Amino acid sequence: MLRYALKRLQSLVISLVIASLVIFAAIEVIPGDPASFMLGFNAKPEAVEALRDQLGLNQSLIKRYFSWVSGLLTGNFGTSYTYRSPVSEIIGDRLWISLPLAVYALTLTVLIAFPAGIFAATRRGSRTDVAVMSVTQLGVAIPNFWFAILMVLLFSINLRWFSAGGFPGWENGFWPAIKALTLPAIALALPQASILARVMRSSLLDTLGQDYIRTSRAKGLTRRQALWRHALRNALIPVLTIIGLQFSFLLAGAIIIENVFYLPGLGRLVFQSISQRDLIVVESVVMLLVFAVILVNFTVDLAYAWVDPRLRARA
Amino acid sequence: MKITRNLAVAAIALMTAMNAAHAAKTGVTIGLQLEPPHLDPTSAAAGAIDQVLYSNVFEGLTRFGPDGSVGPGLAESWKISADGCIYTFTLREGVTFHDGSTLDAGDVVFSLDRARAEDSTNAQKALFENIDKVEAKGDTTVKITLKKPQGDFLFNLAWGDAVIVAPESIEDIKNNPVGTGAFTFGNWAKGDKITLVRNDDYWGDAAKLESATFKFISEPTAAFAAMMAEDIDAFYSFPAPENLASFEADPRFTVLSGSTEGETILSINNKQEPFDNLLVRRAVSHAIDRSAIIDGAMFGYGTPIGTHFAPHHPDYVDLTNFSNYDPEKAKALLKEAGLEDGFKTTLKLPPPSYARRGGEIIAAQLREVGIETEISNLEWAQWLEQVFRGKDFGLSIVSHTEPMDIGIYARPEYYFQYDNADFQQMIKDLSTESDPKKRSTALKKAQMTIARDAVNGYLFQLALTSVVNAKLKGIWENAPTQALDLTAVSWED
Repeated sequence: MLRYALKRLQSLVISLVIASLVIFAAIEVIPGDPASFMLGFNAKPEAVEALRDQLGLNQSLIKRYFSWVSGLLTGNFGTSYTYRSPVSEIIGDRLWISLPLAVYALTLTVLIAFPAGIFAATRRGSRTDVAVMSVTQLGVAIPNFWFAILMVLLFSINLRWFSAGGFPGWENGFWPAIKALTLPAIALALPQASILARVMRSSLLDTLGQDYIRTSRAKGLTRRQALWRHALRNALIPVLTIIGLQFSFLLAGAIIIENVFYLPGLGRLVFQSISQRDLIVVESVVMLLVFAVILVNFTVDLAYAWVDPRLRARA
Repeated sequence: MKITRNLAVAAIALMTAMNAAHAAKTGVTIGLQLEPPHLDPTSAAAGAIDQVLYSNVFEGLTRFGPDGSVGPGLAESWKISADGCIYTFTLREGVTFHDGSTLDAGDVVFSLDRARAEDSTNAQKALFENIDKVEAKGDTTVKITLKKPQGDFLFNLAWGDAVIVAPESIEDIKNNPVGTGAFTFGNWAKGDKITLVRNDDYWGDAAKLESATFKFISEPTAAFAAMMAEDIDAFYSFPAPENLASFEADPRFTVLSGSTEGETILSINNKQEPFDNLLVRRAVSHAIDRSAIIDGAMFGYGTPIGTHFAPHHPDYVDLTNFSNYDPEKAKALLKEAGLEDGFKTTLKLPPPSYARRGGEIIAAQLREVGIETEISNLEWAQWLEQVFRGKDFGLSIVSHTEPMDIGIYARPEYYFQYDNADFQQMIKDLSTESDPKKRSTALKKAQMTIARDAVNGYLFQLALTSVVNAKLKGIWENAPTQALDLTAVSWED
């Protein structure tokens, strides 16, 4: 198990180094200068030059790359060009929204998908199965931002149960914060739950048809016992893969939902920073997201080994 | 079971809290589409900085009134020497900054010297170019010597870029602005909102509101929902004109439609072929149907203009007939220029909806007369790089929001590259002219010159359309500068 983990860790580090190079190169070549963006139409060239100096933009690319990477390693992400405050602080604030939102949405996803998937698989071909399949088909097809707008129309404008968006901050209590994240989390979870339920169903159907299930039934286990003890655990591998991918997606891919509900999360930060050419923020957030994705994959790899001992042995 | 009960209790508590807030409203929440990049009005061009801070937190020696007139600010009076070169300002007594320090002449010297210093990052550094020296004469008297007389000096000092800051708090101004205004800076949850709190030690009439929150909502749909759900009390410059009709029909809201300093123009690259030919530029100006653009892109909000000047200004001349919609004439002019088969050019559009929507309509109108445009949609940073700095464009659409900016036509290096020595002389003379009558005549002549030369296609004056809770009073209808002065805003009982 340890060797397996070390091997995974090695590929994690290599991926990170490559990612940092690619991100830095890609973002530095986007046209558009942060200083002239900030000073606008009437700026005198010497004022733009003075600002470029202040921001350290007149240093060489290589020097900037190394100071960025060495900063990242020591936890110093630099100072935002526009906000003029530490990038780590800005990202920290946003994470307190994006991370709970992702966890909330993923929890809803699992809570919906597991029962639905198991239910459909164990009643294959029945009317409930057909119903679950059609609803999930719809869930995959409906764009989440459209669904979000529908929910806002119903729950915020007509019924007035929820605010149309925004975030009160955790300092104003746990429940108001959770309430503010509820509609966005549902909007994010719906398509993900639909995907996961379908994966769960097909994976479970797959394992239910395996010989060892028949053997276990022959040994006298009831259908239910065979399902819980043998089929489910074996069906989990593809499901875990999807959950890992979904978590990364929810963390990084909530940009549109964050815009619809004007939540100050990471997605909106990236969006805003790109248009303002706050390159250092963009680089650091993207790097952080890459790190999160790689870390999630790493964890999923370890989880495989946990559910499937064969993988441990192979490594 | 327990969780459901907790949830229910929480929901009830929340509703009570919300109702209590409705009972006695002393604060206001205002939606803005863009968030300020930082909070120093003297080192960035972003309009959002002024919208939050101008005259709320920071004040200048002079200030803009709601009608665009310039009146006393921190200076209660001033004397101008006979040659027009020396301005002596008397500061108000007993003005303190929000950190408790007293405003004195030294702060004014510091602020103006900082704005015009060699390493200054002031976005409007040109406003201070004519200043020769700034001296403190005692605690409350400031003497400013100009290099040459300047007609619009008091006007320039009213800009957000000329507000008075204190040396003690300058270090941290971008995140903790300390000014002299009726509101102090409270808190900034980045990406989300900025809160201002009433300054009870204000030198003038205290603000009626106890606090003000600016909330940043970039998505038009979200802005609509937030307003409809009454999460916010007003949305300044509402981003989706197509929704204004539904607000107008709703008794809970008032739609304010005022004027801005934003001349929206079809910019033409005057040095690029074939636009270097006056006939071609005139053809373009006759090919454009302004009313179709205002109706189609702005849902009827906007005033047609025929030159680069704000229609609400007393010296404005209506020159729209000079470039009336006449496609036949446009075709004839193109033929005269030897381009009867038309030509192809680029149309580079920045993000605002006036540009993106207006661009589609203009492209169709130009096609009618044989001009094919290749549209590219750019972000602001790209637009600044390619169009504004690189001058790599044929046509573009942009709203020039700086007040009284006809002077940009006297800068041959400016992105549309209009180079007319007579016009440049006109603006030069104007800058030293302080006789109101002569100024007025000169301004009118300047407007006519650029209209005759069809430098750009003049489309419309951008309207400021804000949606406001019907009970909220005192929000500025017009925008003489990009400010949202809250000092006189209050709730009706």
